[in-house]
Amino acid sequence: MTAARTAILQRLRAGRGNQPLSPPASDFSVVRDRDWTTAEKLERFETMITSVNGEVHRVAEDRWVDHLWALMAAKGLTNLLASPETSVGREAWTRQRESGPRLRAYDSPIDDWKPELFNNVDAALTGCRGAIAETGSLILWPTVQEPRLMSLVPPVHFVVLGADQIYATFYQALAEQGWADLGMPANALLISGPSKTADIEQTLAYGVHGPRELVVLILE
Amino acid sequence: MSLAPHSQEVRHFHPRVRSALDNPQIRSNFRNAMDGLMSKRQNAFNGWDLESLRDLGAAVRLRALSRLPELLEQLEDNCSRQGIRVHWAETGEQACEIIRDICKARDARTVIKGKSMVSEEMELNHFLEAEGIEALESDLGEYIVQLAKETPSHIIMPAIHKNTAEISELMHDRTGTERSHDVAYLTAAARQQLREKFMKADVGISGVNFAVAQTGTLCLVENEGNGRLTTTVPPCHIAVTGIEKVVEHLEDVTPLLALLTRSATGQHVTTYVNMISGPRKADEFDGPEEVHLVLVDSGRSSIYQDQELMDTLRCIRCGACMNHCPVYTRVGGHAYGTTYPGPIGKILMPHLMGLENTQDLPSASTLCGACGEVCPVRIPIPKLLQRLRKESVDGDSLRPSVVRGHGVKRNWKERLAWNGFRWLFRNPRRYRLFGSLLTRFRWFTPSQVGPWTRYRTSPKPAAKTLHQMMNERTRGGAR
Ligand code: SF4
Repeated sequence: MTAARTAILQRLRAGRGNQPLSPPASDFSVVRDRDWTTAEKLERFETMITSVNGEVHRVAEDRWVDHLWALMAAKGLTNLLASPETSVGREAWTRQRESGPRLRAYDSPIDDWKPELFNNVDAALTGCRGAIAETGSLILWPTVQEPRLMSLVPPVHFVVLGADQIYATFYQALAEQGWADLGMPANALLISGPSKTADIEQTLAYGVHGPRELVVLILE
Repeated sequence: MSLAPHSQEVRHFHPRVRSALDNPQIRSNFRNAMDGLMSKRQNAFNGWDLESLRDLGAAVRLRALSRLPELLEQLEDNCSRQGIRVHWAETGEQACEIIRDICKARDARTVIKGKSMVSEEMELNHFLEAEGIEALESDLGEYIVQLAKETPSHIIMPAIHKNTAEISELMHDRTGTERSHDVAYLTAAARQQLREKFMKADVGISGVNFAVAQTGTLCLVENEGNGRLTTTVPPCHIAVTGIEKVVEHLEDVTPLLALLTRSATGQHVTTYVNMISGPRKADEFDGPEEVHLVLVDSGRSSIYQDQELMDTLRCIRCGACMNHCPVYTRVGGHAYGTTYPGPIGKILMPHLMGLENTQDLPSASTLCGACGEVCPVRIPIPKLLQRLRKESVDGDSLRPSVVRGHGVKRNWKERLAWNGFRWLFRNPRRYRLFGSLLTRFRWFTPSQVGPWTRYRTSPKPAAKTLHQMMNERTRGGAR
């Protein structure tokens, strides 16, 4: 519809011709400047994400996999979707136990195993690109190894986060990681808690379409 | 433009208001919900320099609008380079046709939808169904509204007018779900029903909250995850948005996001912020193979012609103006009969549908100013309401307007009254004569004067004019 395009752009340009606009400068300090220490950021992240029903466990770097297996056993989860190729996933794969949950990889296009993923996977494990203290958000850029649906379809989502990977605000995360210059991935996400709805009489219910539990393992 | 189908409904504003006011269920559903939303919003901004944040939000939106044509071109360039196909539609109908053609080309039978107010505006579901394509809403609120064959009554919480019992009954009737007042149970049932549909859907259709020109990124904000499923599981994703949703830089999203979720539902952030910049890459295992972006004008470029009314285009559709509106809270969203109810609807719909179809909307306000005070991007809603009121009476005599149907409320009786008033009050002798006649024959003034006397007694002129009283007093004082 190039005719529509031309007409719309022409109307917009004509309209502005009469009255050029001069917007005031954008002062981002209100969404940028926070002087939180690393400890404060960690504290804040934890408070915020637990306030929306996210579950947080601080664990020692060399013990997180054991902790994961214990959590899965306690929650009665019998299998886990994890990438054998990412640093986080690889650790789970190499340290899997005979009696522990069965691991599987997301190693073929979704079109080949949709019903299986939707119906038979209990939980998924992914890493992340950091987190945002102010809102309690995890930053995920799904990859070939950890595709988009891993953090969405299984009922429980485990995420591994380094304690030093927490930014104060979304603005700082964007700026420090240089998103605009890097070029955006096909899909980038902020995830803050498990899926929820309040559409029935403002009553909160979890797991409406996505995971009903979001578990963050913070490595210290 | 192409929004005529609504017009019949809009014209019957007063009877609908009457029946909404007579319905205690609706009134209590809205009252409870709005009270909750107002206090949640307030808490969410605790500790924030809200006024600076609103300044920034307004500045970011204004900057985007000041470069709107260039940003739309930049958005198109970047999206296209990243593999998103961009389409332009002048009217809602054209947008529906574009979407139909994409579906037909893929032989699509079923479409799953994430929440999109633009698609409500263009009545996409009806259009697709008439073409033999099933369109299913997946946002829980929208799903409920669709089961009930209704329209959303709030732009953020579509099913806010229903309570749990009503929803349970509805789901039982339409889907055979067991009756229950347990919200978790009803939610889980809907999840199950919709998962099947997600797996089978040929196309996913979503709205857009912000479109970033700099990076060619579509941002979608949601809590449920249905938006992510809609844009990830089906092999084709169509995003549809009004042309005004574009912002310049990626960082511009940060204040708008901070304002949107807190203003809307009092959340610091929604569960998901989904940023889409392209279709599935060759080596990826999921995501849609095709992504389309449909840019819809539908009256927006004509609003853009008027610098004052253009403020309307800053709107980020947070719904805070509704939540704080004393009129909306009492009559509910359906009484308005328009896609966008409440204060934002009252200033937006007259553009989209002409004042001849919406003449009651700008006057359905107490001008208390709450909407303007809470609007995160500082849209001066009360000022715009006043202007639309003036225009619906004065027409072009103020200035040529971009709003259709201005002058629709002009009527000869009112004209005559004002002209007479002007004639009398411009000359002291005429004025005094009129005053003394009025006091002398005060018992002859009518006791019924239309709607005014429905809830009030008719005004009677005083026995003496102010001049007469002042005269007597000064004479008395001098004595
Ligand atoms: S007019 Fe302002 S308050 Fe109302 S929906 Fe739009 S942005 Fe929100």
